[in-house]
Amino acid sequence: MSRTLSQNPAEQQTGKTLYQKIYQSHVVGALNGSTDLLFVDRHLIHEVTSPQAFSGLKLAGRKVRRPDLTFATMDHNTSTQVRSYDAAGETSRKQLEALAANCAEHGIELLDLYHPDQGIVHVIGPELGLTQPGMVIVCGDSHTSTHGAFGAIAFGIGTSEVEHVLATQTLPQQVAKTLKVEVTGRLSPFVTPKDVILAIIGKLGTAGGNGYVAEFCGEAIRGMTMEGRMTLCNMSIEMGAKAGLIAPDDTTFAYLQGKAHAPKAEHWDAAVAYWQSLYSDADASFDKVVTIDGSQIKPQISWGTNPEQVIAVNEPVPAPESFTDLIKADAAKRALTYMGLEAGQKLTDIKVDVVFIGSCTNSRIEDLRAAAAVVGSQKVAAGVRALVVPGSGQVKRQAEAEGLADVFKNAGFEWREPGCSMCLGMNDDRVDAGQRCASTSNRNFEGRQGRGSRTHLVSPAMAAAAAIAGKFVDVSQISFSEGAQA
Amino acid sequence: MSQIFAKGLVCPLDKNNVDTDQIIPKQFLTSVSRDGFAQALFFDWRYQADGSANPDFVLNAPQYQGASILLTRANFGCGSSREHAPWAIQQYGFNVIIAESFADIFFNNSVNNGMLLISLSASNIEFLFNRCKQGPQQWQIDLANQEILLGNNAAVGFQIDQDVKQRLLSGLDFIGASETLSAQIANYEQQRRQNTPWLG
Repeated sequence: MSRTLSQNPAEQQTGKTLYQKIYQSHVVGALNGSTDLLFVDRHLIHEVTSPQAFSGLKLAGRKVRRPDLTFATMDHNTSTQVRSYDAAGETSRKQLEALAANCAEHGIELLDLYHPDQGIVHVIGPELGLTQPGMVIVCGDSHTSTHGAFGAIAFGIGTSEVEHVLATQTLPQQVAKTLKVEVTGRLSPFVTPKDVILAIIGKLGTAGGNGYVAEFCGEAIRGMTMEGRMTLCNMSIEMGAKAGLIAPDDTTFAYLQGKAHAPKAEHWDAAVAYWQSLYSDADASFDKVVTIDGSQIKPQISWGTNPEQVIAVNEPVPAPESFTDLIKADAAKRALTYMGLEAGQKLTDIKVDVVFIGSCTNSRIEDLRAAAAVVGSQKVAAGVRALVVPGSGQVKRQAEAEGLADVFKNAGFEWREPGCSMCLGMNDDRVDAGQRCASTSNRNFEGRQGRGSRTHLVSPAMAAAAAIAGKFVDVSQISFSEGAQA
Repeated sequence: MSQIFAKGLVCPLDKNNVDTDQIIPKQFLTSVSRDGFAQALFFDWRYQADGSANPDFVLNAPQYQGASILLTRANFGCGSSREHAPWAIQQYGFNVIIAESFADIFFNNSVNNGMLLISLSASNIEFLFNRCKQGPQQWQIDLANQEILLGNNAAVGFQIDQDVKQRLLSGLDFIGASETLSAQIANYEQQRRQNTPWLG
């Protein structure tokens, strides 16, 4: 069989976690002390965090070692209204042109703004089959953790590290601690992977995963589609985890088969056999274990300015005094002021101004199906600005073919071109100061969607329901008498 | 033997979970340059909507002008991987950050720029914040002996990863150090092609 680790399973795999197996199979050599040099299988790059890396490379007279393992797209800084380098301003245009020039110079495949499969880097990697089990995948973006859904070690890096990977196809690393997050039971209807990860972050806190690689497992996780698993792993960075991953299974293999960059027919069986060796051994020990009853999770909504400030939609906004930790109590007080909320309020009484369905967390076909199912033949409430930004060209075409785009457009949603868009507002898709946004994105930080913007993180179904009602709604309580068309 | 890595005025930023969107907001990320981010640091806190300095933000206080050591709380630098965050902090003038904890990517990015990030227990952080309340503090960082020298023979010790410490003390070239393993990289690539040919 393929790699060292899988040659003698009984001898070598005893007591190892999935993370440890993948890590060890990528050690090129020891650098010094406890630092190893790890080989990188896939390096994804985009326009915002790569230009300085290419400049550094040039300055030092270095070349890109493995352009064939490097893939680029444009997503952060692009207009979602017009497919043009010019549409998001002068400095943005320069950044997009710099990426195009760097890719051309070094022979790196680029899915530029005009490519039919262009999209958010963490959406297109998996759908092109670039993301595969057992890989080490890096990208100059913190939500690289998304790719862990396939049973890969995937994590975000900074620009100095991007330069390092471009030059050497490796990265110095130390073994991280391991965290097992088991989600038992079955999820209730209308409880989505987004609700699961928000509930986990609410329990562990934004720093609960610092220094750990988290492995998600349990019945609720096994039952998730690849899209759902990606949503889950995507937000593992929001609890501070270095990476989040899920052992690959038949769901994973079925998703990958036939994808453009997936192993071809002559290698498929060998690849699957290798992938099937990727799981945590029964006797592997984790540094920390957390168990959550999935059947008890309710639709979630964030009320504050970081993702741990989250409640079930039917719970009241917490009082700062309810936090025993004084620092957390103070943070809650500040967050309520910023968010324009009061303790004890029900979020289902709160009006929304903007609804954003998109981002690397929730812009895949399954997310759009869930949102469209809630919308049905209803209309966006008066005074609400609502937009749907598909994650990629493929998602966009599929949503159009399935009639989802028409559901959204008929309801009064704006139907956009793929990109990161209002998740971080690097382009012109921003939430104005004081406005409240129901957002399927991943961060509710102060000013994230625009200076003074107030972000509430929710699932696509919750966001769609808020768009129709003009206020937050417990999606598990709505009736579908209107008849969903999707 | 004492070896002073850094010394200077301390600015206390009394917040948990300071994320990289606060450290440097999105509108400054369209640059293709590594420089020019000092003015962008903590932009939305530092400046009011009309562009004037926010008098309530600690960085604008007269007694903290020229500070080079930043003292803060837990999970500093959480959020995005943007290296623009440590660039902005360093270009403003801070080369040392003392906190209860740091987000992983931010920590690596800072070290890759030669900055020293010191993690201390919550009680030690509280002690240092209390000290700042007594008046402006001038501290020295002895990296070799892993001590923050507070003056008048007072000091707080700290733990640090020894590989990180060596890198900071020797100023080792990040990429150059890995390139010394070029033969092993080539060997790994060859085995990879044989064992997992679908990976290329």
